[in-house]
Amino acid sequence: MEAGFLASLPAQELVFFINRGLLAGLIIGSVYALGAVGVTLIFGILRFAHFAHGDMMTIGAFVALVCVALFTGGESIAGLPAAFVLMPIAMAVTALAAIGIDRGFYAPLRRAKVRPVVIVMSSIGVMLMMQGLVRLFAGTGTWQLEAGGAKTIYRLPLLGRDVILTQPQALLIGFTALAAIALHFFLTRSRMGKAMRAVSDNPDLARVSGISIDSVVRATWAIAGALAAAAGTLLALDVTLKPDLAFNIILPIFAAAIVGGIGQPYGAMAGGMLVGFTETFAVFNWSVLLRPLQPWLPDFIDIPNRIAFVPTEYKIVVPFFILIAVLIWRPTGIFKGRVVK
Amino acid sequence: MSTLPRREIALFAGLAVLVALVFASMGAAYGTRMMVEASCYAIIGLGLTIQWGYAGLFNVGVMGFIALAAFVSLFVTYPVNGAFWDSDMPGQLGHALLAIAIGAAAVYAASQTHRLGLPKKWRTLLTLIVLAIAYLWAQSIFDPATAQVERGAGWVGGLGLPVWLGWVAGGAAAGALGWAMGRITLGLRADYMAIATLGISEIVKAFLKNADWLTRGTLTVSPIPWPVPTPQELGFVTSRAAYLSVTALLIVVIFVLLQRAWHSPWGRMMRAIRDNEVSAAAMGKDINRRRLEIFVLGNVLIGIGGAALVTFTSIFDPSAFVPLNHTFLIWVMVILGGAGNNLGTLFGVVLVYIIWTMSEPAALFLFGQIAQWGDALFDWKAPADFATRALQMRVFVIGLTITLVLRFAPNGLLPEKPVKYE
Repeated sequence: MEAGFLASLPAQELVFFINRGLLAGLIIGSVYALGAVGVTLIFGILRFAHFAHGDMMTIGAFVALVCVALFTGGESIAGLPAAFVLMPIAMAVTALAAIGIDRGFYAPLRRAKVRPVVIVMSSIGVMLMMQGLVRLFAGTGTWQLEAGGAKTIYRLPLLGRDVILTQPQALLIGFTALAAIALHFFLTRSRMGKAMRAVSDNPDLARVSGISIDSVVRATWAIAGALAAAAGTLLALDVTLKPDLAFNIILPIFAAAIVGGIGQPYGAMAGGMLVGFTETFAVFNWSVLLRPLQPWLPDFIDIPNRIAFVPTEYKIVVPFFILIAVLIWRPTGIFKGRVVK
Repeated sequence: MSTLPRREIALFAGLAVLVALVFASMGAAYGTRMMVEASCYAIIGLGLTIQWGYAGLFNVGVMGFIALAAFVSLFVTYPVNGAFWDSDMPGQLGHALLAIAIGAAAVYAASQTHRLGLPKKWRTLLTLIVLAIAYLWAQSIFDPATAQVERGAGWVGGLGLPVWLGWVAGGAAAGALGWAMGRITLGLRADYMAIATLGISEIVKAFLKNADWLTRGTLTVSPIPWPVPTPQELGFVTSRAAYLSVTALLIVVIFVLLQRAWHSPWGRMMRAIRDNEVSAAAMGKDINRRRLEIFVLGNVLIGIGGAALVTFTSIFDPSAFVPLNHTFLIWVMVILGGAGNNLGTLFGVVLVYIIWTMSEPAALFLFGQIAQWGDALFDWKAPADFATRALQMRVFVIGLTITLVLRFAPNGLLPEKPVKYE
């Protein structure tokens, strides 16, 4: 921290906290939430942990990249990044790919009535295949979804300082909110959504009451795939597109889904936000906020330069500990999911 | 059954021919190195096959257990670092460890205050507050101590004890970590265990990579002492053959013990739990305790194998542990060979490891050809990182093998044999 920090007003620290703490948590939480909704739907309806979900995000982001390269020169369209405008294509392609993967790899195992854990293992196989394909065609380097350019930045003046939000971040937060609302109406109002909830609650009862399990499974994969593609594309727009994007993100997503309660889409959204905020606050340097209090504190309390709960390089520990804590104290998650055993 | 096990004989004969071919084409030094590595993987594979094949436990964190065991073994066997022990740093580090112990005791005390009549809600809040304060306090003592170690002596160094002790300690450490993981996840769905083990393996790696004061982090440690004379003293082939005899002896001992366990009432009980949890519970078996037992046992074997593997490479590099080589490759070996069949696991390990090592030059050759032909016929310029991409193809092949085996040959090449009691 520079010395300038000490001399300045508390407003600066507060805005710094909003930028680096609240907004950063909201952004990463949105990505986790979008992923966790898919994971929790698959978990609730098909009853297995889908390890390839992170790679579905990567695939979606790469489809968006290909679309951008094919249809535009990477310029923005109507003021929005081309990747965002073309994202529906990527979502559709990934949704189809997800259905295809289910047909090719998981459905035969389900028909053979294997133990659920065998399907989990098969999803790890699928994960490795996707990773291999992405790296084969895209290399191991980093890609930019936005060709050549500075991102549009929104500045909101607050207490004489600016709250800073880049355009991709705003799109990400907005899209997540919209997706949450749309999902809510889909699950509570539409026929298919109600059927999905019924299958999630009791597959046998749903089958005998005439619900087509196959179409429910297809719808589940379509939603999960589309949301994963959106999350991958938006995350790649915010930072960069890397082939190993997925592997680091799968653990927080699982943590979010389990915290929220398996099979509970709202729980997954809340869990994603919880994991995102906890992760950000755990690595946040709290001394920035405590510094302004120094004049009022007695002399023997000296606020150190850095008060963070977890060093940044151990960030992955945070979702893991949330996961462990939930598994120990409340295995059903905050929203009382069902599938515990 | 007195009939000859034709399938086993045919498969192992084929494998012997393959090994002989590798020795003939790549030379004895290369061949022995490959066999030593395969034998270390075989110990790990046996550990995994009892977890998955005997008890149906899904451990995706093999890499973490290997890395932890490798580090503990290194710590026990590496020569003593005088620069560290002759200074006041051990005292400081001891002070820091004491602070951690006091903090832990304070948190435990706070978590027991409900016995003094404090409502549970307040107890939880108090515990969390004490935890946060204790954590920050211990951290504020620990960080300077470790930073001083890094500045002064570089790192802690080892204990300079014999290698076999290191391997035992490595196995014990992996088993202890497995015990902690098992306590948390074994009562829940199998999926949770997969997620939790995947997480712990990444955390172990992150810790080993960043705790420079303890492991030297990315600076790596070498040479790790060997249990047998090193190549400098005996030459490559002889020393590697000596190492191979050590690991082969270990495999024989472990194999015999596991076979005995498989046929014993204990093994029968494990299979009963795996195949029908409810009826096993109805027969009065303590399912979670038995699973914990076999999970810990499997992790001890994984740890010993991992310690042997890293000792053989003679360099400890935390970044070299990757899930592909140290988790999924072993999974392919186990399920391809036949989970629950120890002989099948040994076969799968050697076969897959030969294919794995040979696939590197093969993939490079294949992609080199593709690049040449593409250039010649279509005027297509291969990207600069084409060679590294060729190796990524192996990730795809590993994944494809897992999915295909699970679908078309779920029992592997040498399936588990149902034990018949007559």
